[in-house]
Amino acid sequence: MSDSSLRLVWVYPDLLSTYGDQGNALVLERRARQRGLDVTRIDVRSDQQVPTSGDIYLIGGGEDRPQRLAAERLRRDGGINRAVANGAIVFAVCAGYQIIGHEFINDLGRVEPGLGILDVRSVRNEGARHVGDVLADVDERLGLPPLTGFENHQGNTVIGPSARPFARLRYGGGNGTGDGTEGAWCDTVFGTYMHGPVMARNPKIADLLLKLALDVNALPPVDERWYEALRAERIAAASQPA
Amino acid sequence: MAGNTEPLSARAKLAVTAGRAAAAVSRAAGRGSGSVIGGRVALKLDPELLARLARHLDVVLVSATNGKTTTTRLIAEALRAGGEVVSNALGANMPAGITSALAGGSAARYGVIEVDEKYLAGVARDVSPKAIALLNLSRDQLDRASETRMLAERWREGLSGTDAVVVANADDPLVAWAASSCPTVIWVAAGQEWKDDAWSCPSCGGVLQRPGDDWFCGDCGFRRPVPTWALSGDCVVAPDGVSWPIRLQLPGRANKANATTSAAVAAIFGIAPKIALDRMYHVQAVAGRYDVVRYEGRDLRLLLAKNPAGWLETFSLIDGPPTPVILSVNARSADGTDTSWLWDVDYTRLAGHPIFVLGDRKLDLAVRLEVAGLDFRVCADLAEAVRSAPGGRIEAIANYTAFQDLRRLIGN
Ligand SMILES: [Zn+2]
Repeated sequence: MSDSSLRLVWVYPDLLSTYGDQGNALVLERRARQRGLDVTRIDVRSDQQVPTSGDIYLIGGGEDRPQRLAAERLRRDGGINRAVANGAIVFAVCAGYQIIGHEFINDLGRVEPGLGILDVRSVRNEGARHVGDVLADVDERLGLPPLTGFENHQGNTVIGPSARPFARLRYGGGNGTGDGTEGAWCDTVFGTYMHGPVMARNPKIADLLLKLALDVNALPPVDERWYEALRAERIAAASQPA
Repeated sequence: MAGNTEPLSARAKLAVTAGRAAAAVSRAAGRGSGSVIGGRVALKLDPELLARLARHLDVVLVSATNGKTTTTRLIAEALRAGGEVVSNALGANMPAGITSALAGGSAARYGVIEVDEKYLAGVARDVSPKAIALLNLSRDQLDRASETRMLAERWREGLSGTDAVVVANADDPLVAWAASSCPTVIWVAAGQEWKDDAWSCPSCGGVLQRPGDDWFCGDCGFRRPVPTWALSGDCVVAPDGVSWPIRLQLPGRANKANATTSAAVAAIFGIAPKIALDRMYHVQAVAGRYDVVRYEGRDLRLLLAKNPAGWLETFSLIDGPPTPVILSVNARSADGTDTSWLWDVDYTRLAGHPIFVLGDRKLDLAVRLEVAGLDFRVCADLAEAVRSAPGGRIEAIANYTAFQDLRRLIGN
């Protein structure tokens, strides 16, 4: 960390904050403070420069046109790429997940370059939209309990050789490629289609990012009662699709 | 038979009669008011029925994400100063429900019609309205993929050649952009508390600058139109600069904004602000919203909030702490099955209120409130929540089907 305060950067809320993914920033901030950490949350609008000194960068989901605008502005800005080169953590959801890959299909139907910090490529799925509860098993190297989330997208994301699937699906569409994968990750960069928001349903993801940022193996426990109750309910709901 | 000089064709009459019969059957079967099923049957028999029914009326259309039902009631009440009004007062706001409502008003002079946002352009084409009131657009039912800006674009394209006088909220950039293609617009400064769907310029995608009440795009120059009507505190300011106090039985800033827009619409039909506003006072609870009811020996005020903008407006009208607040959230198909929107609502505004949590998705709410650092109690049912609440009137805020559940339970 750059100083005694954890620097949490919420990227482009003016464009990529349509599906409640701001909740990831709220959960991270809350769980960090409960561990006595000092947190500085930096909300960066798309007409502002992205700071390169952040510890954790969060990117949310958004509609198709804002997604293109965000990709254009983030490429021009270059701040996230520099931060990742310095070891910063990035966690991106849905439209944000596509943006941090090599390319995706934009609202005009054209190939839009992404930031290329995660080895994935996204195309538009010509079939039905993936909408609903998802249940998946997270890559065992990450040591996380099952992943529960809500998906709402029309993307197909193919994972390249230098990234790994974030999770293996039990229920849901995930990456949409039919290979049973959901999301992708490599080193300190993570992408997922899961809303919910995903850290409200999977607070251990927030803890994982905190541990990576602090370079520690464990964190003091916090009250998990309501998170656990919600997880149990949503995991059961995903197992019995409507 | 004011406003109804031309008789309906035999086919249209048959369609209306068949529609009424279907509605009666539906009512008898206990399926609600039957207005939608009646309208569907009628539209099937005569697809042009909606246009034909409307031909005899001066039609006002009202659309928005929030406040359209209430505003429809306010405008209808104001226009009654000038003649009989037919209206879809029960909120059946898609073409079938609208047809059914119009079929019930053969003697009316005015038709005041609430229209679902997605159907506005089509209904406006069918019924040749004299006026269209556009209040606001914001995120709603995230799982439907009905993107907010796309709705604005559909309005913009569908209304670009309309003969209607469009009365539009200058403070909502999406509404302003949708309406700015219309030939005749009356701009109303109706305010907008929720701003998170309009940080991008709807025209060019630039970042909107929002100093104070103003807004403009630094990239393309699209900016807030100059309003001729305004809500200023508790008054409507008319184009001549005269202020008229708003007296409503309905609470909150948003309803004052709705009254301001309604006064501007009434003026198009020659009804003066004072007369219009006096009449609006008579509008009470709309479809049970804002109703104060008794339950288990306590007073509860029922408040409907369907989306983040609605929750924000609702927080600003409830009584301050220590008034107890019940929150109830479902995620059934009519609500949208994605509860992520809870995280776009600033629940820290409820700090200091005793909070009681209900509904199908009470656990999502519990985590949301836990992360907001609030104290709350998750309850098995309304009775437990009411019994646990400290004294005084209770504010009960619920989303769409959760609100219906509360009303059914209370027998209201
Ligand atoms: Zn612009």
